[in-house]
Amino acid sequence: MENLLVAENIYKRFGNFTALNNVSINIPKESIFGLLGPNGAGKTTLLRIINQITMPDEGKVYLDGKPLHPDDIAHIGYLPEERGLYKSMKVGEQALYLARLKGLSKAEAKERLEYWFKRLDIEAWWDKKIQELSKGMAQKVQFVITVLHRPKLLIFDEPFSGFDPVNANLIKDEILQLKDEGATILFSTHRMESVEELCDYIALIHKSNKLLDGKVSEIKKEYKSNTFEVGINAADEVTLLKELKDRFQTGPARFKSIQEDLKLSIKLKDHENSNDLIQFLLSRARINHFVEVIPSVNDIFIKTVTQHA
Amino acid sequence: MRNLRLIINREYLARVRNKTFIVMTFLSPLIFVGMIMLIAYLSMLNSTEQKIIGIHDESGLFAGEFKDGEQVQYLDYSDKDLVSARQEVLENEYFGLIHISEVSPTYGKPEVEFFGKDTPGFGTIENIEKTISDKLTREQLIAKGIDVSEIDKARADVSVQIQNFAGEQSSKMSNYIKMFFGGAAGYLLMMFIIIYGNMVMRSVIEEKTNRIIEIIVSSVKPFQLLLGKVLGTSLAGLTQFSVWIILGTVLLFGISSFLGIDPMAARSPASAAIDNAMKPEINQLVVDILKLPYASLLSFFVIYFIGGYFLYSAIYAAIGAAVDSETDTQQFMFPIILPLILGIYVGFFSVVENPHGTVSTIFSIIPLTSPIVMLMRIPFGVPWWEIAISITVLIATNFGVLWLSAKIYRVGILMYGKKPTYKELYKWLKY
Repeated sequence: MENLLVAENIYKRFGNFTALNNVSINIPKESIFGLLGPNGAGKTTLLRIINQITMPDEGKVYLDGKPLHPDDIAHIGYLPEERGLYKSMKVGEQALYLARLKGLSKAEAKERLEYWFKRLDIEAWWDKKIQELSKGMAQKVQFVITVLHRPKLLIFDEPFSGFDPVNANLIKDEILQLKDEGATILFSTHRMESVEELCDYIALIHKSNKLLDGKVSEIKKEYKSNTFEVGINAADEVTLLKELKDRFQTGPARFKSIQEDLKLSIKLKDHENSNDLIQFLLSRARINHFVEVIPSVNDIFIKTVTQHA
Repeated sequence: MRNLRLIINREYLARVRNKTFIVMTFLSPLIFVGMIMLIAYLSMLNSTEQKIIGIHDESGLFAGEFKDGEQVQYLDYSDKDLVSARQEVLENEYFGLIHISEVSPTYGKPEVEFFGKDTPGFGTIENIEKTISDKLTREQLIAKGIDVSEIDKARADVSVQIQNFAGEQSSKMSNYIKMFFGGAAGYLLMMFIIIYGNMVMRSVIEEKTNRIIEIIVSSVKPFQLLLGKVLGTSLAGLTQFSVWIILGTVLLFGISSFLGIDPMAARSPASAAIDNAMKPEINQLVVDILKLPYASLLSFFVIYFIGGYFLYSAIYAAIGAAVDSETDTQQFMFPIILPLILGIYVGFFSVVENPHGTVSTIFSIIPLTSPIVMLMRIPFGVPWWEIAISITVLIATNFGVLWLSAKIYRVGILMYGKKPTYKELYKWLKY
C-alpha cells in the first residue's frame, strides 16, 4: 500500500540529550497509525517534526512522496497534547481565526464550522467564552478546529486524555468516520485499549529509539506463543492432568466461564498446531472452552519495553 | 503575509477590546484635563485670597515702606506695645505680625521677627527682608551724605537679546520650552515602551500557559506570530496615543471655553512673575512656541516610538517565552528598565545642560537609549546626519535583537517547567 507519510532516519538532539535516535516510520494511506511509547520516549518530538514546529537535526520527512514543504501545513491537522484556547475570546471567533490561519477563507470557515458545531451538537457555544466551558467542552472545540480544513493527514497527540467516556467514544467514532472519508490518522497514546480498537499499524518508541513497527495483526502473529486456553470437563481429572503435563507444557489459566471446568493454559511446541491438542483432548474430556492466546498490544508493549529496559 | 495580517488583526483587537485598555484610553485624558483644570482653579482661588499682616515697627522707619498689594495688606500696630499687637493679630486671625526692633538710621541693623500661625512662604519672607534692607541702605547712604537720586539715575537695567548666527531672535524662555517639549516626548516614549512591552510579554505568557501556542505554531511560523504580536500591539499603542491627543485637545479647549478658564494661566506664580518681568519678551515667547518644529517632533516621535518599542518588545517577548508565569519575569526586568531610566537621566541632566555635548550625542546614538535621548535633543536642533546615524543604528539593532529574540522565543514557547536562567537562554540560541 502506498505511504502518505514517510519519516526517514530522524535524529533530534537538545544539547546533550538525544530525543530521537534514527527513527523511521511509514504511514500507509487511509490507515490509522498508533505511535506508542512511555512518557518521555520522544513521541511528541516526532509529531512536532512532522508538523514542522521543530526541525530534525538529520533525516527527511516526505508527504505524498515529496519532501515536506511549509505549505503542507494546510494538509495536516494537529491536535497537540498540551492544548488550550484563548480564555477571553469567544468560541466562534477564535475557531474562525484558527481556521483562517490554516488557509480557509472566512466564508468557507464559517460554513464548515456551522456544520461541525451542528454535528457535535455544540451550536449553543458559539458566543460563549472558553473560560465558561468545561475542559471536555473546550476539547470538542479543539477537535473541530483540527479537522475543519479537511487535512489529508490528521495527527492527534493523546486525543482521549481529559475526555469523559461518553465524549471519548464520540471522538473515537468521529476518528473512524474521518478515516472512512479518506483521511489518514496518526495518533500517539499510551492508552492501549484505544490502540486495540482503532489502529491498523503501530510503532513503538522507547527512550528515543524505535523498537517495533508494522501492521498490528502481523505484530500479534509474531508475538503469539502457540498457547491455548482450554476449559475441560473429565471424570478423572487427576489422571488427565498428569497425562497432559507429560505431553504438553501446561499451566493454570484464568478466564470466566459458567461451567465448573478445569481451566488450563497449554503451550504447544513449534511444529504442533491446535488440531494436535484437540485430538488429544477429544478422547479424554468434554471441551467447553478453546481459544488461542493472542497477545494484546498492552502485553507486547510491556514485554518490549521491559526487554529493553 | 495573509497569516501575518490575521495575527496582527487579532492581536490588535485583543488589546483594544480589553477593558483596562478602554478605560485607560478614555479616562486618562479626562484625568489629565481634570488635573489641569483643578490646578488652574486652585491658583485662581489662591490669587484672590488676601493676607493681612501686622507691622510693629519700633523705630517707625519701615512701616511706611510696606505697600499694600493684591495679595497682601499691611496694618500698622507700631503705636501699641508688642504684647497687645500680637494679641490683636491672633484674635483677628490675621496671617502674622512683623516686629522690627529699634535701630539707628545711621548704622547697625534691626532684629526682625515674624509671628504667625503658619510659616510664611519663601516669597513673603524675601519681600520683607528686601523692603527693610532697601530702606536701611538708603537711610545709611543719606546719612553718609550721598545723593540717593543720583544713584537711582545711574542704575542701568541690562537685558540680553539672544540671537543665533542666522539672525533669528529667541527669548530666554525658549530653552525651557524646548526642554519641556523634548522632556515630555522622551518621558512619554519611555512610558509607552514599558506599558506596551509588558503587554507583549503578558500576551506571550498567556498563550504559553493557555497551551494555545502549540495549536497556532502548527499553522504559522513562530517568527510570524512574534512579528504579528509586536505589530498588532504597536498599532494599539498608536491608537491610544492618537485618541489621547485628539480627546485631550478637544477636552482642554472645550471645557476651558465653557468655564472661561484660560488653561495657559495655570502656571506657577513663579513663572507668572518671570512673565511680568519680561513683558516685552512675551511676544517673542509666543513666537518661540509656535516656531517649535512640531511636524518633525511628531514624526520623529512616531519613528522613535516604533523603533524603540520594537527593540524592547522583542526582548519582552523573548522573556515572556522563556518563563512559565509572570512571577518568573522579575529577574529579567531590571536589565530592561535600566537603559530606559538611564536614557531619562541623561536626558534631564546632560541634554538640558548641553544638548550637543559628547554625553548627549553618544547616548542619542546607542540604540537602547537613543529613542529617549534623541527625542529630547531634537527641539534644540540636531544635524540631520546625526539623526540619520541614530536611526540607522536603531534599525540595524532592531534586526539583530529580533533575530536573537525569535530564536529564544521559538524554543521557549514549547518549553514547560524549565527554570529560565541566562545560561539556559544562551543554550536555546544554539538549538
